[in-house]
Amino acid sequence: MQISPDSQIVFTLPLGPLGDWGVSATIVNTWIVMAVLTVGGRIATWGIGPSAPVSRWRIGVELVIEMIRTHIREIGGGDPGRYLPFVGTLFLFTLTSNVLGVIPGFMSPTGALSTTVALALCVLVAVPIYGIVDDGLLGYLRHYFQPTPLMAPFNVIGELSRTIALAVRLYGNVMSGTVVVAVLLAVVPFFFPVLLQLLGLLTGVVQAYIIAVLAMVYIASASGGEPGAAENQTPSKETGA
Amino acid sequence: MDALTLIATVSIVTAGLTIAIGSIGPSLGESRAAAQALQAIAQQPDEANTITRTLFVSLAMIESTAIYCFVVAMILLFANPFWNWAIEAAAPGAGG
Repeated sequence: MQISPDSQIVFTLPLGPLGDWGVSATIVNTWIVMAVLTVGGRIATWGIGPSAPVSRWRIGVELVIEMIRTHIREIGGGDPGRYLPFVGTLFLFTLTSNVLGVIPGFMSPTGALSTTVALALCVLVAVPIYGIVDDGLLGYLRHYFQPTPLMAPFNVIGELSRTIALAVRLYGNVMSGTVVVAVLLAVVPFFFPVLLQLLGLLTGVVQAYIIAVLAMVYIASASGGEPGAAENQTPSKETGA
Repeated sequence: MDALTLIATVSIVTAGLTIAIGSIGPSLGESRAAAQALQAIAQQPDEANTITRTLFVSLAMIESTAIYCFVVAMILLFANPFWNWAIEAAAPGAGG
């Protein structure tokens, strides 16, 4: 029994001198998620302009974007537009991939360790990039020596371990949801698998929120701001909502 | 008891024990976190949104250990490398 879409090869691409590349189900399902997000976004922003939105799709998209911006502002402080592409993409990709998992035949790419490790590596790389852009290289490196230089190795180890935790948390939640439903299908045919699919939907949405919020918290803690710092700032400091 | 039976028995028993013992700690931790969050909301209902968001983030972090144990149990049951190796080692002997 396969517990991960990584081990299922859908088709093989002959790459000439590089040999054959077996395209796994993870990659194919990631393409499906990308297509859903891109086409949905394009349809939702059709005829976008300064006038009031006339379609429900645009209102829905604006609602989601505004919610993400509000949360980013509350966690990190400052202008949410700098972090919105990264954190918003993390949230929307994980959300779409987990919610589409209830469709038969679709295997969530986030249920494969390869995808979640890739997302965690993106967060691992993004935190120093945002930190260096904000504070400069020396300012960012000084963060590792807070509160005392003795803590420097623990801060580095902590950074690596929270990246691993980010990957395994998302992978474990999504994979366990699908595997438990598959196991129950062999034992109790209809009622309990449906209930566990519901639970899988709930944990999928919660995990999407968690990974986005944690990425924002890590970026905010490395950029010198504290979580919740924005709530102490006066509203006049922000130029735009 | 030959090697095949031993590997199967130990894997099954370990998988059960891993998830059984591994889920005790996170459950206790999560219940404490939820209780404190409820008390905080009762004391400051205006901050319910921030408290709820912080509660969900904390619950996800605490849940991680239980998820690690669950992943180990799943690997032992469904993707066990020792079982696969033992099956491959026993196959030529049985067919030959």
